[in-house]
Amino acid sequence: MAKRSAPEVNAGSMADIAFLLLIFFLVTTTIETDSGLNRKLPPMEDVVDPPIIKERNIFTVVVNKNNDLLVEEKPLEISELREAAVAFLDNGGGKGEDACDYCQGARDTDSSDNPDKAVISLKNDRETDYKVYIAVQNELVAAYNVLRNREFARLNPNLGLSFVEADRRYSDPRTSTSEKEALKPKLAEVKLLFPQKLSEAEPSKTN
Amino acid sequence: MSKFKKKKGGELPAISTASLPDIVFMLLFFFMVATVMRDSTLMVANTLPAADQVQKLDKKDRVMYIYAGKPSDRYQDKFGTQPKIQLNDKFATVADVGAFILAERASKRQELQNVLTTALKVDGETNMGLITDIKQELRKVNALKINYTTRNGDYMQNLK
Repeated sequence: MAKRSAPEVNAGSMADIAFLLLIFFLVTTTIETDSGLNRKLPPMEDVVDPPIIKERNIFTVVVNKNNDLLVEEKPLEISELREAAVAFLDNGGGKGEDACDYCQGARDTDSSDNPDKAVISLKNDRETDYKVYIAVQNELVAAYNVLRNREFARLNPNLGLSFVEADRRYSDPRTSTSEKEALKPKLAEVKLLFPQKLSEAEPSKTN
Repeated sequence: MSKFKKKKGGELPAISTASLPDIVFMLLFFFMVATVMRDSTLMVANTLPAADQVQKLDKKDRVMYIYAGKPSDRYQDKFGTQPKIQLNDKFATVADVGAFILAERASKRQELQNVLTTALKVDGETNMGLITDIKQELRKVNALKINYTTRNGDYMQNLK
């Protein structure tokens, strides 16, 4: 028998096979970027001596089991909540050492002294829908963001960023360390002017 | 002059496609490496509520996920239609949340253990009672950083 050389395998379809695999992985890939509302829960230990907060410094928001909103003892639509919260936080009705020189609110003596004293208390029922609760949380965070944006723009007029954008840049891993260092004190300054004091009370039982 | 005679029919030579498989394989390997397969199959309905004041979640290795919602259609015979908690691949009760968090925390690297966030992926139709119970459990094990995972969108969608 004459020695026969093995025929060469045609590799022309290799590209097709690889493409097929490639398309499969392209389709199944989900580069997930989750986002949401960050919150911090209060620690469990009981406060022995709870600080006394004046009634006018508390902005009570109650969501009942029918998903209706009661803000400062008055029914309100969720669409009006942001404005009401901004008005409350920005009121600046305090005098003397409680005075707030950067507030632009109505200086109503029945509303908050200054943003540092102002507390938003959110209370929900056990039967409240989660999505409504999130909508309320969203609006309250938005109220803080509106004010923080304003102060950020006032303190850093040349930066061309709002507080929210700056905060996003700060938490972005692609931002350079030097830029982060530059942003950090600016963000902290604004956070100090309008600290997020949002207390979530234990829910009421449905009777 | 015949030495410098032009070749007849100046057609362009065909471009060699021999390296095409290599290029495609390179892309293939990139996507294989970059792909993250979903690590737990969802057993609950999970239509997240919408919010627009969102912040990005931390890196993936610093997050613990808790799912909650109504069991999906094929589990409804067995588990009913009341909203349930899902931890990893199993349905769980509120009492299991604390143990789950502690186990998850212990499995992470030492330096990450204090910066962990708990992401609550909860269906929009769930009652707040369940979420409040979860939050109480989280407070008991001192997992205080939480994130209500939402979809990006206008909050008015939630009110319909």
